[in-house]
Amino acid sequence: MYAQMVDTGAKRLRTSEEMSPEERAFQERIDADIKIEPKDWMPEAYRKTLIRQISQHAHSEIVGMLPEGNWITRAPTLKRKAILMAKVQDEAGHGLYLYAAAETLGVSRDELIADLHSGKAKYSSIFNYPTLTWADIGAIGWLVDGAAIMNQIPLCRCSHGPYSRAMIRVCKEESFHQRQGFDIMMTLCRGTLEQKAMAQDALNRWWWPSLMMFGPPDADSVHSAQSAQWKIKILSNDELRQRFVDQTVPQADYLGIKVPDPLLKWNDERGHYDTSPIDFEELYNVVKGNGPCNRDRLRTRVKAWEEGAWVRDAALAHAEKRAARSARKAA
Amino acid sequence: MTEWPLWEIFIRSQHGLAHKHVGSLHAPDSEMAIKNARDVYTRRNEGVSIWVVKSADVTASSPGEKEPLFEPANSKVYRHPTFFPMPDEVKHL
Repeated sequence: MYAQMVDTGAKRLRTSEEMSPEERAFQERIDADIKIEPKDWMPEAYRKTLIRQISQHAHSEIVGMLPEGNWITRAPTLKRKAILMAKVQDEAGHGLYLYAAAETLGVSRDELIADLHSGKAKYSSIFNYPTLTWADIGAIGWLVDGAAIMNQIPLCRCSHGPYSRAMIRVCKEESFHQRQGFDIMMTLCRGTLEQKAMAQDALNRWWWPSLMMFGPPDADSVHSAQSAQWKIKILSNDELRQRFVDQTVPQADYLGIKVPDPLLKWNDERGHYDTSPIDFEELYNVVKGNGPCNRDRLRTRVKAWEEGAWVRDAALAHAEKRAARSARKAA
Repeated sequence: MTEWPLWEIFIRSQHGLAHKHVGSLHAPDSEMAIKNARDVYTRRNEGVSIWVVKSADVTASSPGEKEPLFEPANSKVYRHPTFFPMPDEVKHL
């Protein structure tokens, strides 16, 4: 998902007897659905895991602006351009809500950003794929934001107060993103043959990476049990992925384009679609830094950060000078 | 390089309610904090007024004091109107 393969530091779940009294009380609060707030005691592993998860989520929002920003100047109409700018601005906002939530855990914004730039912190694999045509902007809104919503709605109920409140704000805004994407796809699919072919091509390229967004299969997700016990992961990777497939295939049918999976088939018995096996080697590779755009994305972020340094410094110097001046006047 | 200070943002929604805490953000000064809050927290007409307060200036009660702080109210159930049962035939009470 936006946060994939988050390390919890746990090899297995600890029983209630193995926990310290503080930890036991903490787990009991979580079991009783009481939110954990910034000043509350929390196990170090919970704090660290959440910093990893929330910052990864925040970085995804920020890096996620790049593939879409690529098309702002080339949007086909003024209306589409205004809408895309609003959407990209929302992503910046989502990143900021999430950074602020992570900062309540005792890490600074600069540390978070330094970890992204050094490659220590990850962001979602999906943003390492290129946006080759305008149809990709439609596919991203429809599929990528669709997958994000699927993951973020349950996270509104997560155990950490600031993260859950950030998720609630994000979810309120996210369905605009998915709809604008589907609207682009609909327009292309109702257009010329070439336009419909563009939509099909975008679906072909974004389908599998979208399914990989949900992370490794449950059998290989070593940290899921701990995250589930802490209620910072509500539904499993495979569960969310299945829901996404079930919801999206009929939408593709409506558009009249074909999901690029020869084995895709409705399974009456299970009440779900069956899919071909997913090539998770590709996911692991992209996460390791070998996707088509990894280096380019990080280079762009680092450049923006470094070239903006003088603005940040100047604004601070200006604020300090003004504060000193008004202090002198008051004296 | 120093980080911009953190600000807590409070927004009054359209409906005449009190300002409500909506989140926080970094800004060099209060003026920029209001401008950033406009962009981060009111992109969809969520508010008609913004307050910004430096996070460092907020004093919060600590969770450890929860009992001595809030316990006194627990024992005073008579502060709630439902403490006093009223006969059905008496109206407007």
